[in-house]
Amino acid sequence: MSAKRILSLPQRLFRTLSLLTLLLIVSTAIGLAVGRQRLDVSGLLSDPFARTLFFELRLPRVLMAVLIGASLAVTGAALQALFRNPLADPYTLGVSGGGAFGASVAIGLGWSLRILGIPLVFFASFAGAMAAVLLVRAIARTGAVMLPGALLLSGVVVNLVSAAAVLTLQYLLDPSGALRILRWMIGSLDVVGLEPIGRMLLLLVPAWLALLALSKQLHLLAIDQDTAGTLGVNVARCETAAHMLCSLIVGVTVAAGGAIGFVGLIVPHAVRFLFGEDLRIVLPGSLLMGAAFLVLADALARTMLPSGELPVGAITGLLGGPAFLWLLRRRQQYTVV
Amino acid sequence: MRPFFEARHLGYTYPRGPLAVRDISLPVARASMTAVIGANGSGKSTFIRMLAGLLRPSSGEILLDGVALAKWPARLRAREIAFMPQATSTVFPFRVLDVVLSGRSPHVPQFRLESDADREIAMQALESAGAAHLADRYVSALSGGERQMVTLARALAQEPRLLLLDEPSTSLDLKHRATLMRTLARLREERGLSIIMITHDLQLTGSLFDSIVALCCGEVAAQGRPDEVLRSDLLARIYGEPNVRAQRIGEQTLVWIDA
Repeated sequence: MSAKRILSLPQRLFRTLSLLTLLLIVSTAIGLAVGRQRLDVSGLLSDPFARTLFFELRLPRVLMAVLIGASLAVTGAALQALFRNPLADPYTLGVSGGGAFGASVAIGLGWSLRILGIPLVFFASFAGAMAAVLLVRAIARTGAVMLPGALLLSGVVVNLVSAAAVLTLQYLLDPSGALRILRWMIGSLDVVGLEPIGRMLLLLVPAWLALLALSKQLHLLAIDQDTAGTLGVNVARCETAAHMLCSLIVGVTVAAGGAIGFVGLIVPHAVRFLFGEDLRIVLPGSLLMGAAFLVLADALARTMLPSGELPVGAITGLLGGPAFLWLLRRRQQYTVV
Repeated sequence: MRPFFEARHLGYTYPRGPLAVRDISLPVARASMTAVIGANGSGKSTFIRMLAGLLRPSSGEILLDGVALAKWPARLRAREIAFMPQATSTVFPFRVLDVVLSGRSPHVPQFRLESDADREIAMQALESAGAAHLADRYVSALSGGERQMVTLARALAQEPRLLLLDEPSTSLDLKHRATLMRTLARLREERGLSIIMITHDLQLTGSLFDSIVALCCGEVAAQGRPDEVLRSDLLARIYGEPNVRAQRIGEQTLVWIDA
Protein backbone atom coordinates (compact mmCIF):
# COMPACT_ATOMS: atom_id res chain seq x y z
CA MET A 1 0.00 0.00 0.00
CA SER A 2 1.35 3.39 -0.96
CA ALA A 3 0.63 4.90 2.45
CA LYS A 4 3.24 2.64 4.05
CA ARG A 5 5.98 4.64 2.37
CA ILE A 6 5.26 7.60 4.59
CA LEU A 7 7.03 7.51 7.94
CA SER A 8 4.77 7.06 10.93
CA LEU A 9 3.89 10.15 12.94
CA PRO A 10 6.17 9.52 15.94
CA GLN A 11 9.06 8.92 13.53
CA ARG A 12 8.30 12.14 11.67
CA LEU A 13 8.06 14.08 14.92
CA PHE A 14 11.33 12.68 16.20
CA ARG A 15 13.16 13.33 12.94
CA THR A 16 11.85 16.89 12.72
CA LEU A 17 12.68 17.82 16.27
CA SER A 18 16.19 16.34 16.19
CA LEU A 19 17.03 18.05 12.91
CA LEU A 20 15.76 21.39 14.12
CA THR A 21 17.45 21.09 17.51
CA LEU A 22 20.70 20.51 15.65
CA LEU A 23 19.99 23.59 13.54
CA LEU A 24 19.33 25.64 16.66
CA ILE A 25 22.59 24.50 18.28
CA VAL A 26 24.61 25.34 15.18
CA SER A 27 23.00 28.75 14.72
CA THR A 28 23.42 29.58 18.41
CA ALA A 29 27.12 28.74 18.09
CA ILE A 30 27.38 31.00 15.04
CA GLY A 31 25.44 33.77 16.79
CA LEU A 32 27.76 33.59 19.79
CA ALA A 33 30.92 33.57 17.68
CA VAL A 34 30.29 36.40 15.24
CA GLY A 35 30.16 40.10 16.00
CA ARG A 36 32.39 43.11 15.90
CA GLN A 37 34.53 41.45 18.54
CA ARG A 38 35.35 37.94 17.46
CA LEU A 39 35.19 35.69 20.50
CA ASP A 40 36.73 32.28 20.93
CA VAL A 41 36.95 29.83 23.78
CA SER A 42 40.59 30.49 24.71
CA GLY A 43 39.92 34.23 24.80
CA LEU A 44 36.95 33.68 27.10
CA LEU A 45 39.11 31.71 29.51
CA SER A 46 42.00 34.17 29.66
CA ASP A 47 40.57 37.62 28.98
CA PRO A 48 38.22 39.14 31.59
CA PHE A 49 37.08 41.81 29.11
CA ALA A 50 36.07 39.16 26.61
CA ARG A 51 34.25 37.34 29.40
CA THR A 52 32.26 40.41 30.36
CA LEU A 53 31.46 41.10 26.74
CA PHE A 54 30.29 37.54 26.30
CA PHE A 55 28.13 37.24 29.40
CA GLU A 56 26.74 40.77 29.55
CA LEU A 57 26.12 41.42 25.87
CA ARG A 58 26.66 38.59 23.41
CA LEU A 59 25.00 35.74 25.26
CA PRO A 60 21.97 37.75 26.43
CA ARG A 61 21.45 39.04 22.91
CA VAL A 62 21.57 35.59 21.36
CA LEU A 63 19.23 34.25 24.05
CA MET A 64 16.89 37.15 23.40
CA ALA A 65 16.84 36.23 19.71
CA VAL A 66 16.09 32.63 20.69
CA LEU A 67 13.18 33.64 22.91
CA ILE A 68 11.66 36.14 20.53
CA GLY A 69 12.16 34.06 17.41
CA ALA A 70 10.66 30.98 19.03
CA SER A 71 7.73 32.96 20.42
CA LEU A 72 6.80 34.72 17.20
CA ALA A 73 7.08 31.56 15.11
CA VAL A 74 5.04 29.38 17.45
CA THR A 75 2.27 31.98 17.73
CA GLY A 76 2.32 32.39 13.95
CA ALA A 77 1.81 28.66 13.50
CA ALA A 78 -0.99 28.64 16.08
CA LEU A 79 -2.76 31.67 14.61
CA GLN A 80 -2.62 30.22 11.11
CA ALA A 81 -4.32 27.07 12.35
CA LEU A 82 -6.77 28.95 14.52
CA PHE A 83 -7.95 31.21 11.71
CA ARG A 84 -7.35 28.64 8.97
CA ASN A 85 -5.48 31.31 7.12
CA PRO A 86 -1.95 30.80 5.77
CA LEU A 87 -1.32 34.54 5.83
CA ALA A 88 -2.03 34.98 9.54
CA ASP A 89 0.79 35.87 11.90
CA PRO A 90 1.17 38.13 14.95
CA TYR A 91 2.20 40.96 12.67
CA THR A 92 -0.40 40.68 9.91
CA LEU A 93 -3.24 40.21 12.40
CA GLY A 94 -2.33 43.35 14.29
CA VAL A 95 -1.50 41.48 17.50
CA SER A 96 2.02 42.88 17.53
CA GLY A 97 0.67 46.35 16.78
CA GLY A 98 -1.80 46.19 19.65
CA GLY A 99 0.92 44.93 21.95
CA ALA A 100 3.28 47.68 20.82
CA PHE A 101 0.70 50.32 21.64
CA GLY A 102 0.07 48.84 25.07
CA ALA A 103 3.80 48.67 25.75
CA SER A 104 4.45 52.23 24.61
CA VAL A 105 1.76 53.59 26.89
CA ALA A 106 3.51 51.92 29.81
CA ILE A 107 6.99 52.92 28.68
CA GLY A 108 6.05 56.48 27.74
CA LEU A 109 4.41 57.10 31.08
CA GLY A 110 7.49 55.67 32.72
CA TRP A 111 5.64 53.07 34.72
CA SER A 112 8.42 51.15 36.34
CA LEU A 113 5.98 49.35 38.55
CA ARG A 114 6.29 45.61 38.95
CA ILE A 115 3.72 43.05 39.90
CA LEU A 116 5.24 39.87 41.34
CA GLY A 117 8.56 40.93 39.87
CA ILE A 118 7.10 41.28 36.39
CA PRO A 119 7.34 44.74 34.85
CA LEU A 120 4.03 46.41 34.15
CA VAL A 121 5.10 46.85 30.53
CA PHE A 122 4.46 43.17 29.98
CA PHE A 123 0.91 43.46 31.26
CA ALA A 124 0.18 46.58 29.22
CA SER A 125 1.53 44.91 26.12
CA PHE A 126 -0.47 41.76 26.80
CA ALA A 127 -3.61 43.82 27.21
CA GLY A 128 -2.96 45.63 23.93
CA ALA A 129 -2.34 42.37 22.08
CA MET A 130 -5.47 40.80 23.56
CA ALA A 131 -7.59 43.78 22.58
CA ALA A 132 -6.25 43.56 19.02
CA VAL A 133 -7.07 39.84 18.76
CA LEU A 134 -10.59 40.35 20.05
CA LEU A 135 -11.21 43.28 17.75
CA VAL A 136 -9.88 41.58 14.63
CA ARG A 137 -11.80 38.43 15.44
CA ALA A 138 -15.04 40.28 16.07
CA ILE A 139 -14.78 42.16 12.79
CA ALA A 140 -13.85 39.18 10.62
CA ARG A 141 -16.41 36.77 12.03
CA THR A 142 -19.89 36.60 10.61
CA GLY A 143 -21.80 33.86 12.33
CA ALA A 144 -19.59 30.78 12.34
CA VAL A 145 -17.57 31.83 9.30
CA MET A 146 -14.29 33.70 9.49
CA LEU A 147 -13.79 35.81 6.40
CA PRO A 148 -10.12 35.54 5.41
CA GLY A 149 -10.01 38.86 3.59
CA ALA A 150 -11.71 40.79 6.38
CA LEU A 151 -9.38 39.15 8.88
CA LEU A 152 -6.21 40.40 7.23
CA LEU A 153 -7.64 43.79 6.38
CA SER A 154 -8.76 44.44 9.92
CA GLY A 155 -5.31 43.28 11.06
CA VAL A 156 -3.70 45.83 8.78
CA VAL A 157 -5.99 48.56 10.06
CA VAL A 158 -5.33 47.66 13.69
CA ASN A 159 -1.60 47.88 12.96
CA LEU A 160 -1.94 51.27 11.30
CA VAL A 161 -4.11 52.68 14.05
CA SER A 162 -1.71 51.37 16.70
CA ALA A 163 1.26 52.90 14.91
CA ALA A 164 -0.58 56.21 14.68
CA ALA A 165 -1.52 55.99 18.33
CA VAL A 166 2.10 55.36 19.33
CA LEU A 167 3.14 58.35 17.27
CA THR A 168 0.47 60.55 18.83
CA LEU A 169 1.53 59.40 22.25
CA GLN A 170 5.10 60.42 21.50
CA TYR A 171 3.99 63.93 20.59
CA LEU A 172 1.74 64.27 23.61
CA LEU A 173 4.34 63.12 26.09
CA ASP A 174 7.23 65.14 27.45
CA PRO A 175 10.50 64.67 25.55
CA SER A 176 11.94 62.13 27.95
CA GLY A 177 8.90 59.88 27.62
CA ALA A 178 8.95 60.19 23.85
CA LEU A 179 12.63 59.32 23.82
CA ARG A 180 12.04 56.25 25.96
CA ILE A 181 9.45 55.01 23.47
CA LEU A 182 11.73 55.76 20.55
CA ARG A 183 14.63 53.92 22.11
CA TRP A 184 12.40 50.97 22.90
CA MET A 185 11.10 50.83 19.34
CA ILE A 186 14.62 50.80 17.91
CA GLY A 187 16.15 48.80 20.74
CA SER A 188 15.02 45.45 19.37
CA LEU A 189 17.24 42.65 20.63
CA ASP A 190 19.71 44.73 22.58
CA VAL A 191 19.75 43.64 26.17
CA VAL A 192 22.31 43.91 28.93
CA GLY A 193 22.81 41.06 31.36
CA LEU A 194 20.89 37.87 31.85
CA GLU A 195 18.32 39.15 34.32
CA PRO A 196 15.71 40.37 31.76
CA ILE A 197 16.03 37.04 29.97
CA GLY A 198 15.14 35.24 33.17
CA ARG A 199 12.04 37.40 33.63
CA MET A 200 10.89 36.64 30.11
CA LEU A 201 11.50 32.92 30.51
CA LEU A 202 9.29 32.95 33.57
CA LEU A 203 6.33 34.03 31.44
CA LEU A 204 7.18 32.52 28.10
CA VAL A 205 8.03 28.94 28.95
CA PRO A 206 4.69 28.14 30.63
CA ALA A 207 2.83 29.87 27.79
CA TRP A 208 4.77 27.92 25.16
CA LEU A 209 4.09 24.66 26.92
CA ALA A 210 0.40 25.46 27.27
CA LEU A 211 0.19 26.30 23.57
CA LEU A 212 2.03 23.10 22.62
CA ALA A 213 -0.40 21.18 24.80
CA LEU A 214 -3.18 22.45 22.52
CA SER A 215 -1.49 21.21 19.36
CA LYS A 216 -3.84 18.28 18.87
CA GLN A 217 -6.86 20.59 19.08
CA LEU A 218 -5.21 23.12 16.78
CA HIS A 219 -4.42 20.34 14.33
CA LEU A 220 -8.09 19.37 14.16
CA LEU A 221 -9.14 23.01 13.89
CA ALA A 222 -6.70 23.56 11.03
CA ILE A 223 -8.34 20.73 9.10
CA ASP A 224 -11.89 21.99 9.57
CA GLN A 225 -13.74 23.80 12.31
CA ASP A 226 -17.01 21.86 12.11
CA THR A 227 -15.20 18.58 11.97
CA ALA A 228 -13.10 19.53 14.98
CA GLY A 229 -16.34 20.27 16.85
CA THR A 230 -17.58 16.74 16.25
CA LEU A 231 -14.21 15.13 16.97
CA GLY A 232 -14.24 16.07 20.63
CA VAL A 233 -12.71 19.56 20.46
CA ASN A 234 -14.46 22.21 22.52
CA VAL A 235 -13.97 24.80 19.79
CA ALA A 236 -14.95 27.92 21.73
CA ARG A 237 -12.85 27.04 24.76
CA CYS A 238 -9.86 26.06 22.65
CA GLU A 239 -10.04 29.28 20.62
CA THR A 240 -10.22 31.42 23.73
CA ALA A 241 -7.28 29.63 25.33
CA ALA A 242 -5.17 29.89 22.18
CA HIS A 243 -6.01 33.58 21.76
CA MET A 244 -5.02 34.35 25.33
CA LEU A 245 -1.79 32.38 25.08
CA CYS A 246 -0.84 33.98 21.76
CA SER A 247 -1.56 37.44 23.14
CA LEU A 248 0.51 36.72 26.22
CA ILE A 249 3.47 35.44 24.22
CA VAL A 250 3.33 38.24 21.67
CA GLY A 251 2.79 40.80 24.44
CA VAL A 252 5.92 39.70 26.26
CA THR A 253 8.06 39.58 23.12
CA VAL A 254 6.83 42.95 21.90
CA ALA A 255 7.38 44.55 25.29
CA ALA A 256 10.91 43.23 25.32
CA GLY A 257 11.97 43.51 21.72
CA GLY A 258 9.56 45.72 19.80
CA ALA A 259 7.48 44.47 16.89
CA ILE A 260 9.59 42.26 14.65
CA GLY A 261 7.73 41.39 11.50
CA PHE A 262 7.18 38.26 9.48
CA VAL A 263 9.08 35.72 11.61
CA GLY A 264 5.71 34.24 12.52
CA LEU A 265 4.79 34.02 8.88
CA ILE A 266 7.86 32.60 7.15
CA VAL A 267 9.00 30.11 9.76
CA PRO A 268 5.78 28.07 10.11
CA HIS A 269 5.54 27.88 6.34
CA ALA A 270 9.11 26.67 6.05
CA VAL A 271 8.41 24.03 8.70
CA ARG A 272 5.26 22.92 6.90
CA PHE A 273 7.00 22.82 3.58
CA LEU A 274 9.81 20.68 4.96
CA PHE A 275 8.03 18.47 7.46
CA GLY A 276 4.33 18.34 6.55
CA GLU A 277 1.12 19.94 7.79
CA ASP A 278 0.53 18.12 11.06
CA LEU A 279 0.28 20.82 13.74
CA ARG A 280 1.69 18.47 16.34
CA ILE A 281 4.90 18.66 14.32
CA VAL A 282 4.53 22.23 13.03
CA LEU A 283 4.12 23.85 16.47
CA PRO A 284 7.24 22.48 18.20
CA GLY A 285 9.09 22.64 14.88
CA SER A 286 8.27 26.34 14.52
CA LEU A 287 9.42 27.00 18.07
CA LEU A 288 12.86 25.58 17.29
CA MET A 289 13.21 26.91 13.79
CA GLY A 290 11.96 30.38 14.76
CA ALA A 291 14.67 30.57 17.40
CA ALA A 292 17.35 29.46 14.95
CA PHE A 293 16.06 31.81 12.27
CA LEU A 294 16.11 34.94 14.40
CA VAL A 295 19.54 34.12 15.83
CA LEU A 296 20.91 33.85 12.30
CA ALA A 297 19.05 36.95 11.11
CA ASP A 298 20.48 38.86 14.08
CA ALA A 299 23.99 37.55 13.39
CA LEU A 300 23.56 38.84 9.86
CA ALA A 301 22.25 42.18 11.10
CA ARG A 302 25.26 42.59 13.38
CA THR A 303 27.87 41.79 10.76
CA MET A 304 26.46 42.98 7.45
CA LEU A 305 27.54 46.60 7.68
CA PRO A 306 31.25 47.49 7.88
CA SER A 307 30.47 49.68 10.88
CA GLY A 308 27.40 49.70 13.12
CA GLU A 309 24.53 47.29 12.71
CA LEU A 310 21.15 46.93 11.08
CA PRO A 311 18.01 46.45 13.18
CA VAL A 312 17.06 42.78 12.96
CA GLY A 313 13.52 43.80 11.97
CA ALA A 314 14.96 45.15 8.73
CA ILE A 315 16.39 41.74 7.88
CA THR A 316 13.22 39.83 8.73
CA GLY A 317 11.15 42.41 6.85
CA LEU A 318 13.31 42.16 3.75
CA LEU A 319 13.02 38.38 3.79
CA GLY A 320 9.42 38.21 4.97
CA GLY A 321 7.80 40.78 2.70
CA PRO A 322 8.56 38.88 -0.51
CA ALA A 323 7.65 35.60 1.18
CA PHE A 324 4.25 37.07 2.09
CA LEU A 325 3.64 38.20 -1.48
CA TRP A 326 4.61 34.79 -2.80
CA LEU A 327 2.14 33.16 -0.40
CA LEU A 328 -0.55 35.62 -1.39
CA ARG A 329 -0.07 34.57 -4.98
CA ARG A 330 -0.22 30.90 -4.04
CA ARG A 331 -3.18 31.49 -1.78
CA GLN A 332 -5.27 32.12 -4.86
CA GLN A 333 -4.81 28.46 -5.69
CA TYR A 334 -6.12 27.41 -2.30
CA THR A 335 -9.80 26.83 -1.88
CA VAL A 336 -11.85 29.95 -1.56
CA VAL A 337 -13.51 29.86 1.82
CA MET B 1 -36.49 -1.89 19.61
CA ARG B 2 -35.68 0.67 22.30
CA PRO B 3 -33.95 3.73 20.86
CA PHE B 4 -30.38 4.38 22.06
CA PHE B 5 -30.51 7.89 20.71
CA GLU B 6 -33.45 10.20 20.83
CA ALA B 7 -34.32 13.77 19.92
CA ARG B 8 -37.26 15.14 21.90
CA HIS B 9 -39.17 18.25 20.83
CA LEU B 10 -36.09 20.05 19.52
CA GLY B 11 -36.32 23.73 18.76
CA TYR B 12 -33.69 26.16 17.58
CA THR B 13 -33.64 29.90 17.01
CA TYR B 14 -30.58 31.55 15.51
CA PRO B 15 -29.35 34.59 17.45
CA ARG B 16 -31.01 37.61 15.86
CA GLY B 17 -32.39 35.21 13.28
CA PRO B 18 -35.56 33.32 12.50
CA LEU B 19 -36.90 30.29 14.24
CA ALA B 20 -35.24 27.50 12.27
CA VAL B 21 -36.53 24.44 14.05
CA ARG B 22 -39.86 24.47 15.86
CA ASP B 23 -40.54 21.01 17.18
CA ILE B 24 -38.83 17.86 15.93
CA SER B 25 -38.74 14.50 17.69
CA LEU B 26 -36.92 11.46 16.38
CA PRO B 27 -36.11 8.19 18.11
CA VAL B 28 -33.23 6.21 16.61
CA ALA B 29 -32.87 2.46 17.04
CA ARG B 30 -29.70 0.43 16.58
CA ALA B 31 -28.92 -0.49 12.96
CA SER B 32 -31.61 1.77 11.57
CA MET B 33 -31.49 4.03 8.53
CA THR B 34 -33.47 7.25 8.55
CA ALA B 35 -33.69 9.78 5.75
CA VAL B 36 -34.55 13.42 6.44
CA ILE B 37 -36.13 15.23 3.52
CA GLY B 38 -37.66 18.66 3.07
CA ALA B 39 -37.47 21.86 1.05
CA ASN B 40 -34.52 24.23 1.30
CA GLY B 41 -34.73 26.18 4.53
CA SER B 42 -37.01 23.65 6.22
CA GLY B 43 -34.55 23.25 9.09
CA LYS B 44 -32.86 20.01 8.04
CA SER B 45 -29.28 21.18 8.48
CA THR B 46 -30.01 22.99 11.73
CA PHE B 47 -31.65 19.82 13.01
CA ILE B 48 -28.74 17.55 12.12
CA ARG B 49 -26.18 20.03 13.48
CA MET B 50 -27.97 19.89 16.81
CA LEU B 51 -27.80 16.11 16.73
CA ALA B 52 -24.07 16.39 15.96
CA GLY B 53 -23.58 18.60 19.01
CA LEU B 54 -22.50 21.62 16.94
CA LEU B 55 -25.58 23.64 17.93
CA ARG B 56 -27.14 23.64 21.36
CA PRO B 57 -30.92 23.28 21.10
CA SER B 58 -32.95 26.27 22.28
CA SER B 59 -35.60 23.89 23.51
CA GLY B 60 -36.07 20.16 23.88
CA GLU B 61 -33.38 17.59 24.56
CA ILE B 62 -31.21 14.99 22.90
CA LEU B 63 -30.49 11.75 24.73
CA LEU B 64 -27.69 9.30 24.03
CA ASP B 65 -27.99 6.13 26.09
CA GLY B 66 -30.48 8.00 28.24
CA VAL B 67 -28.01 10.78 29.10
CA ALA B 68 -28.38 14.31 27.76
CA LEU B 69 -25.96 14.91 24.88
CA ALA B 70 -24.69 18.13 26.48
CA LYS B 71 -23.64 16.12 29.54
CA TRP B 72 -21.42 13.80 27.51
CA PRO B 73 -17.72 14.69 27.53
CA ALA B 74 -16.94 15.88 24.00
CA ARG B 75 -14.37 13.18 23.34
CA LEU B 76 -16.58 10.31 24.46
CA ARG B 77 -19.44 11.69 22.42
CA ALA B 78 -17.15 11.81 19.39
CA ARG B 79 -16.61 8.06 19.71
CA GLU B 80 -20.35 7.47 19.44
CA ILE B 81 -21.53 10.03 16.89
CA ALA B 82 -19.82 11.02 13.66
CA PHE B 83 -20.95 13.82 11.40
CA MET B 84 -20.32 14.30 7.71
CA PRO B 85 -20.96 17.97 6.91
CA GLN B 86 -22.19 19.17 3.54
CA ALA B 87 -18.76 20.50 2.67
CA THR B 88 -15.43 20.80 4.40
CA SER B 89 -13.21 23.69 3.51
CA THR B 90 -9.69 22.59 4.30
CA VAL B 91 -7.40 25.45 3.37
CA PHE B 92 -4.05 23.86 4.10
CA PRO B 93 -2.66 21.11 1.88
CA PHE B 94 -3.21 18.22 4.26
CA ARG B 95 -2.77 14.73 2.88
CA VAL B 96 -5.95 12.72 2.55
CA LEU B 97 -4.69 10.01 4.87
CA ASP B 98 -3.92 12.61 7.56
CA VAL B 99 -7.45 13.99 7.33
CA VAL B 100 -8.95 10.52 7.62
CA LEU B 101 -6.58 9.77 10.48
CA SER B 102 -8.01 12.78 12.33
CA GLY B 103 -11.17 10.70 12.69
CA ARG B 104 -9.21 8.51 15.08
CA SER B 105 -8.45 11.40 17.43
CA PRO B 106 -11.34 10.75 19.86
CA HIS B 107 -9.85 7.29 20.41
CA VAL B 108 -6.28 8.52 20.95
CA PRO B 109 -5.23 10.01 24.32
CA GLN B 110 -4.46 13.76 24.33
CA PHE B 111 -0.68 13.48 24.31
CA ARG B 112 -0.32 10.43 22.08
CA LEU B 113 -0.04 10.20 18.35
CA GLU B 114 -2.05 7.81 16.21
CA SER B 115 -0.65 4.27 16.14
CA ASP B 116 -0.15 1.90 13.21
CA ALA B 117 -3.44 0.25 14.18
CA ASP B 118 -5.18 3.64 13.81
CA ARG B 119 -3.55 4.06 10.43
CA GLU B 120 -4.83 0.62 9.42
CA ILE B 121 -8.37 1.59 10.42
CA ALA B 122 -8.04 4.84 8.47
CA MET B 123 -6.94 2.95 5.36
CA GLN B 124 -9.88 0.56 5.71
CA ALA B 125 -12.23 3.53 6.06
CA LEU B 126 -10.80 5.02 2.87
CA GLU B 127 -11.37 1.72 1.10
CA SER B 128 -14.95 1.53 2.37
CA ALA B 129 -15.59 5.01 1.04
CA GLY B 130 -14.14 3.99 -2.32
CA ALA B 131 -11.32 6.50 -1.95
CA ALA B 132 -8.26 4.35 -1.21
CA HIS B 133 -6.61 5.65 -4.37
CA LEU B 134 -6.67 9.19 -2.94
CA ALA B 135 -4.67 8.39 0.23
CA ASP B 136 -1.52 10.27 -0.79
CA ARG B 137 -3.21 13.20 -2.51
CA TYR B 138 -3.67 16.66 -1.02
CA VAL B 139 -7.26 17.42 0.07
CA SER B 140 -6.89 21.01 -1.09
CA ALA B 141 -6.45 19.72 -4.63
CA LEU B 142 -9.48 17.40 -4.72
CA SER B 143 -12.79 17.91 -6.45
CA GLY B 144 -16.00 18.39 -4.45
CA GLY B 145 -17.05 14.78 -4.92
CA GLU B 146 -13.63 13.43 -3.95
CA ARG B 147 -13.68 15.58 -0.83
CA GLN B 148 -17.04 14.14 0.12
CA MET B 149 -15.57 10.66 -0.16
CA VAL B 150 -12.67 11.68 2.08
CA THR B 151 -15.04 13.25 4.61
CA LEU B 152 -17.09 10.06 4.63
CA ALA B 153 -13.92 8.04 5.22
CA ARG B 154 -12.98 10.34 8.11
CA ALA B 155 -16.41 9.83 9.69
CA LEU B 156 -16.13 6.06 9.25
CA ALA B 157 -12.67 6.06 10.84
CA GLN B 158 -14.34 7.35 14.00
CA GLU B 159 -16.10 3.96 14.23
CA PRO B 160 -19.26 5.57 15.60
CA ARG B 161 -22.54 3.99 16.56
CA LEU B 162 -24.48 6.79 14.88
CA LEU B 163 -23.51 8.39 11.59
CA LEU B 164 -25.07 11.71 10.62
CA LEU B 165 -24.80 12.76 7.00
CA ASP B 166 -25.79 16.15 5.59
CA GLU B 167 -26.48 15.69 1.87
CA PRO B 168 -23.59 13.30 1.34
CA SER B 169 -24.39 12.52 -2.27
CA THR B 170 -24.76 15.99 -3.81
CA SER B 171 -21.42 16.01 -5.61
CA LEU B 172 -21.03 12.28 -6.02
CA ASP B 173 -21.22 10.56 -9.40
CA LEU B 174 -23.45 7.53 -9.90
CA LYS B 175 -20.73 5.01 -9.10
CA HIS B 176 -19.81 6.71 -5.83
CA ARG B 177 -23.43 7.18 -4.89
CA ALA B 178 -23.80 3.44 -5.24
CA THR B 179 -20.62 2.90 -3.22
CA LEU B 180 -21.93 5.22 -0.49
CA MET B 181 -25.25 3.42 -0.19
CA ARG B 182 -23.63 -0.03 -0.32
CA THR B 183 -21.09 0.93 2.34
CA LEU B 184 -23.78 2.31 4.65
CA ALA B 185 -25.93 -0.80 4.21
CA ARG B 186 -22.95 -3.05 4.90
CA LEU B 187 -21.86 -1.16 8.03
CA ARG B 188 -25.38 -1.29 9.36
CA GLU B 189 -25.40 -5.04 8.77
CA GLU B 190 -21.91 -5.73 10.16
CA ARG B 191 -21.55 -3.23 12.99
CA GLY B 192 -25.10 -2.25 13.76
CA LEU B 193 -24.37 1.32 12.65
CA SER B 194 -27.36 3.66 12.74
CA ILE B 195 -27.66 6.30 10.07
CA ILE B 196 -29.49 9.59 9.75
CA MET B 197 -29.10 11.16 6.35
CA ILE B 198 -30.34 14.43 4.94
CA THR B 199 -30.94 14.07 1.26
CA HIS B 200 -32.59 15.72 -1.72
CA ASP B 201 -31.98 12.57 -3.67
CA LEU B 202 -35.37 10.92 -3.23
CA GLN B 203 -34.42 7.99 -5.45
CA LEU B 204 -31.83 7.03 -2.83
CA THR B 205 -34.42 6.88 -0.12
CA GLY B 206 -36.42 4.12 -1.76
CA SER B 207 -35.57 0.66 -0.54
CA LEU B 208 -32.67 1.00 1.90
CA PHE B 209 -34.19 3.28 4.49
CA ASP B 210 -36.42 2.08 7.30
CA SER B 211 -38.09 5.42 7.70
CA ILE B 212 -38.29 8.88 6.25
CA VAL B 213 -38.84 12.09 8.17
CA ALA B 214 -40.23 14.92 6.06
CA LEU B 215 -39.66 18.40 7.48
CA CYS B 216 -41.61 21.48 6.63
CA CYS B 217 -41.02 24.86 8.27
CA GLY B 218 -39.03 23.36 11.13
CA GLU B 219 -41.63 20.78 11.98
CA VAL B 220 -42.22 17.15 11.14
CA ALA B 221 -44.74 17.09 8.31
CA ALA B 222 -44.72 13.32 7.86
CA GLN B 223 -42.85 10.40 9.31
CA GLY B 224 -42.99 6.74 8.40
CA ARG B 225 -41.89 3.98 6.04
CA PRO B 226 -40.71 5.16 2.60
CA ASP B 227 -43.90 3.98 0.91
CA GLU B 228 -45.96 5.93 3.45
CA VAL B 229 -44.12 9.21 2.99
CA LEU B 230 -43.16 9.14 -0.68
CA ARG B 231 -46.64 9.91 -2.00
CA SER B 232 -47.50 12.47 -4.60
CA ASP B 233 -49.84 14.49 -2.39
CA LEU B 234 -47.50 14.54 0.61
CA LEU B 235 -44.45 15.48 -1.44
CA ALA B 236 -46.39 18.19 -3.23
CA ARG B 237 -47.30 19.68 0.14
CA ILE B 238 -43.80 19.38 1.63
CA TYR B 239 -42.01 20.92 -1.31
CA GLY B 240 -44.80 23.31 -2.25
CA GLU B 241 -44.68 21.97 -5.81
CA PRO B 242 -47.98 20.64 -7.15
CA ASN B 243 -46.42 18.67 -10.02
CA VAL B 244 -44.36 16.23 -7.94
CA ARG B 245 -45.26 12.64 -8.72
CA ALA B 246 -44.25 9.50 -6.84
CA GLN B 247 -44.93 5.98 -7.94
CA ARG B 248 -44.01 2.69 -6.42
CA ILE B 249 -42.43 0.12 -8.74
CA GLY B 250 -41.69 -3.09 -6.85
CA GLU B 251 -39.31 -2.20 -3.97
CA GLN B 252 -38.40 1.20 -5.43
CA THR B 253 -40.26 4.47 -5.44
CA LEU B 254 -39.82 6.66 -8.47
CA VAL B 255 -40.13 10.40 -7.92
CA TRP B 256 -40.26 12.91 -10.74
CA ILE B 257 -41.63 16.31 -11.72
CA ASP B 258 -44.50 16.25 -14.13
CA ALA B 259 -43.74 19.19 -16.39
